Amino acid sequence: MNIAVAIDQIPQDALPNASEAGPAPKRIVVAYGFWIFLLSDIIMFAALFASYAVLVRSTAGGPTGAQLFNQTTVAIETVCLLVSSYTCGLMSLATNSRRYLRTYLGALITFALGVTFLSLEIREFSSMISIGAAPQRSAFLSAFFTLVGCHGLHVALGLIWLIVMMVQVAVFGFAARVEHRLLCFSLFWHALDIVWVGVFTVVYLMGVSS
Amino acid sequence: MTEARQERAPGDRPSREMHASAPSEFLVYTIGLVVAVLLTATSFWTANTTLLWPGGVFLGLAVLAIAQMGIHLVFFLHISSGPESTNNVLALAFGALIVFVVIAGTMWIVADMNINMMMPSGAPMSMQMQQ
Repeated sequence: MNIAVAIDQIPQDALPNASEAGPAPKRIVVAYGFWIFLLSDIIMFAALFASYAVLVRSTAGGPTGAQLFNQTTVAIETVCLLVSSYTCGLMSLATNSRRYLRTYLGALITFALGVTFLSLEIREFSSMISIGAAPQRSAFLSAFFTLVGCHGLHVALGLIWLIVMMVQVAVFGFAARVEHRLLCFSLFWHALDIVWVGVFTVVYLMGVSS
Repeated sequence: MTEARQERAPGDRPSREMHASAPSEFLVYTIGLVVAVLLTATSFWTANTTLLWPGGVFLGLAVLAIAQMGIHLVFFLHISSGPESTNNVLALAFGALIVFVVIAGTMWIVADMNINMMMPSGAPMSMQMQQ
């Protein structure tokens, strides 16, 4: 049997693999690229989590997590971010079915919950700093403010991005490029919620229970 | 482009051929929200309960957090085990590996260094710094 015969015997109804089917649609390429970025962002957070875990007991005689953290605030923050992730999902459903009103409504609720989360976090930070638990007090507090502050910074950037996206929807409508960006935004927002699950477990709940 | 091609972006809508059998996407997000709220509530309960020994609280919180991250990935980011999202799962698996190496490696190395930094009094360096 020569090679040509062997090739003829390959079943023709097999699915074409990625190299035979040509380039993927742009929507998939864009979202996959953004997915890679999000994973690299999560790896950055992993480094911050690692430094926090190493420094959590180095309080240098200053206040510990159990003395500083308020579980009620954390619970409200968690609910805010979780529900905003849900409304962000509903917003992307509305985008897919090209409904303007539902998209704006989903974005508005997501934005309001994000702002609530951020203002609670800023209030928590400022009350901690006002009682002397500032980042320069101890290695534990430096690591805490870096980790939680970095997540808060991501949320703040996400909120700005959401405003920009709503302006783009209002100006350009549901153009393909706007849809791609909205898809990336919802990925970003869901990923932030996943990071927050790590934050409230490792920092707050393990902090108050140990 | 061929009809047989099935690829899917993370967080994207299901392709048309999957659509008929798949539950409505609204339902998927709602189930995700309900399960995530239940897991979060269990986490907060675990942190405050006196029923478990201290190590059990730590272990329980870790398990609940990983479970909730999985729920978020499946129900919100639509990462599935199907052939259409192999690329996404592979990237995620690599990311998870690096995250594990960074966190576990850092904690292991620094704990080891802490032991080697024994002060003359016998207490590790970190104990001295706390005083």
